[in-house]
Amino acid sequence: MTVANSARAAAVPVAGAGVRNLPSPPARAGRKDARGWRNLIWVLPAIGLLAAFVYLPLVQNLGFSVLEWDIYSGGQTFVGAENYARMFEDPIFWKSVVNNLWYAGISIVFQVFGALVLAALIEGLRSDRWRRTLRAVYFIPSAVSLTVAGLLFYFIYEPQMGILNAALDGAGIGQFTQAWLGQENTAIFGIIAMSQWQGFGYCTLLFAVALQRIPTELYEAAAIDGVGPFRRFFSISLPLVREMSSLMMIVTVSGAFQVFNEVMVMTGGGPNNSSQVLGTWLYRSGFVKNDFGYASAIATAIFVITLSLAVLQLWYSRRRRVEW
Amino acid sequence: MVTRGSVLLVLGRGFVSAFLLALAVVVLYPLLWMVLNGVKSNAELFGNPFALPVAWRWENYATAWNRGVGDYLMTSVLVTVTSTLATVFISAWAAYGLTRVRIPFSRTVLILILAGLMLAPTVALIPLVRMFQAMGLYNTFWALLILYTAFRIPFTTFLIRAYMMDLPAEVDEAAAVDGASKARAFWQVIMPMCRPIIVSTVILNILFTWNEYLFAMIFTSGGDFQTLPVGLTNLMSRHGTDYPVVFAGMVIAAAPVIVLFFAGQRYFIRGLADGIGK
Repeated sequence: MTVANSARAAAVPVAGAGVRNLPSPPARAGRKDARGWRNLIWVLPAIGLLAAFVYLPLVQNLGFSVLEWDIYSGGQTFVGAENYARMFEDPIFWKSVVNNLWYAGISIVFQVFGALVLAALIEGLRSDRWRRTLRAVYFIPSAVSLTVAGLLFYFIYEPQMGILNAALDGAGIGQFTQAWLGQENTAIFGIIAMSQWQGFGYCTLLFAVALQRIPTELYEAAAIDGVGPFRRFFSISLPLVREMSSLMMIVTVSGAFQVFNEVMVMTGGGPNNSSQVLGTWLYRSGFVKNDFGYASAIATAIFVITLSLAVLQLWYSRRRRVEW
Repeated sequence: MVTRGSVLLVLGRGFVSAFLLALAVVVLYPLLWMVLNGVKSNAELFGNPFALPVAWRWENYATAWNRGVGDYLMTSVLVTVTSTLATVFISAWAAYGLTRVRIPFSRTVLILILAGLMLAPTVALIPLVRMFQAMGLYNTFWALLILYTAFRIPFTTFLIRAYMMDLPAEVDEAAAVDGASKARAFWQVIMPMCRPIIVSTVILNILFTWNEYLFAMIFTSGGDFQTLPVGLTNLMSRHGTDYPVVFAGMVIAAAPVIVLFFAGQRYFIRGLADGIGK
C-alpha cells in the first residue's frame, strides 16, 4: 500500500464520529442572517472544488459508461449496458481482477501480518536507539516514490545488469534466474514484491505507534507471571491492536484495487496483458484504444469495489473500540 | 545458573537481531545500488553488478540535470509548494467553519467534504480529462494544482478539523471579547494554536504531491510541463541506453523527500499516525 492511498482511505472511520455541538453564538438583534448563511464563506472554497472536480466527474462517469464514445471525433451513441456486458465477458478484465486480488492477498500477508510481527519485534528491542533507527530505515522506501522504486526494481529484475539474477547465481542457485518481468507467469509477482519492499516499513511504523500506546504495565505484569514472549504477543499485543489491524486490512485491500503507478512503470501491463490491473486496463482501454465508454465501465467497477470497502471500514470503526 | 529457558531467550534474541539486520540490508542495499549506479559508466553497469564504481562519475548528475531533470525538479517544487499551500489553507479555513462557526446544513457540509475520502481518483479520470480539455487547461500547471488541491482537501480537512475540535471554546470567546472578527481570530488565534497539525498536513501533502503519478501522467505528459515522476519515465524512454544517467535522475528525484523525512521525522510519524486514525 502506498502512503497516499492508505492515508486517504484510512481517515474515513473516525471522521463520522462525534460532531461537536457548538454553542449557539449570542443572537444579535436586528440581523437578517439568522441562520448564518454568510458563514458559508468558510466552507465554500472546499465544497466548490470538491463538487466541480470530484463529485461531478464521478456522476459523469456513470453517464459515460452507457455510451459508445470516441473522444477525438466526439461521436457518442447510447448503448445501454453493453459496455458492462462486454466487461463481464472480457478475459483481460477478469485477469486484472485476479491480479488485483493477488495484490491484496500478498499485501495482507506482508503489510498487515508481517508488519505487525515486525513492529512487535522492534518494540521488543531493549535499545531505544535501535528501535528508532530500524523504524526509520524500514520507512525510507515509503518516502521514495513508486515511480523511482518501480524503475529501480525494473533494473534489479533486469537479466543483464540486475542484482537479483546475479545474487541467485552467486548463491549457487543459478537455475532460478529468469527474466522476471518479461514472463507472463512472473511479471505481476515481481511488481507485487517491489510493492511489499516499498510499503512494509510504513505499515510497521503505524503498528509500532499503536503498540507504543499499550501500557507497559500489562507486559510487566505478564512477565512477572512467567508468560513468555510468544504468549505476550498473542494475548496482549494482538488483541489490543486488533482494531488497527482490521483498519489496515481494509485500507490495504482498497489500495490494492487502485494500483496503477508501479504496473505502468514496470511492465505497462505486459507481457501479453499478463500483469494488467484494473487501473492500467482502464488507462489502456480509454487512452490507448480510445474506447472511453468501456473505460468508464471499468471505472464504475473500481468505484463499486472501493466504495464497498470504505463502507465496511466505516462500519468497523463504529463498533466499540478496545479500551484499557 | 544457566537454565534452558535463558539459553533459549538468548538464542531467540540473537535470531531476532540477525533477522532485523538482514531486513535492513534488504531495504538499504537496493537504494545504495541505485546511488552507486548513478556514478558508474554504462559499461560498468553491465559488468559485475555488485562491483564498486571504478571512477566516480559525478558528471552523470550534471548530464541528468541538463537532460530535463532540472526542469522536472523545478516543476515538482512549483506544483508541490503551490498545491500544498492551497490545500492546507482551504482545508484549515473549512475546518474552522465546521468547528467554530455556526453554518446552515453543517452536518451535510461535513459529510460532503469527508465522503471525498472514500473516492478513488481513477474513477473520476475520464470525465476530468474531458473537462480540462474543454477548459483549455490540459497539459498545464493549473490542471495539477486544481486536481491535487481538490483531491487532498477531504483528508487534510479531516485532520485539521479533528485537531480544532479539541481546542477549548473559551479561546474563541476571549477573541470575541477582544472584538476580533472571525477571520482575525482564525489567523491570529486559532492558526497559531494549530501549528503541530498544520506542519503534519504540510509534510503529508508534500509527500503525496512530490510522488504523485496518475494525474501527472494523464494531465501533463503531452506538454513540456512535467513533474519528476513523469519526467523520469520520459528520461528512461528517450535516453534509454544511457542507464547511469537514469539512475542519477532517480537519486535526484528521491533525495529531497528522504532528507525531509529525516529532518522532520517527529512530525512525519505524528502525521502518519494521525492519518491512519490514531
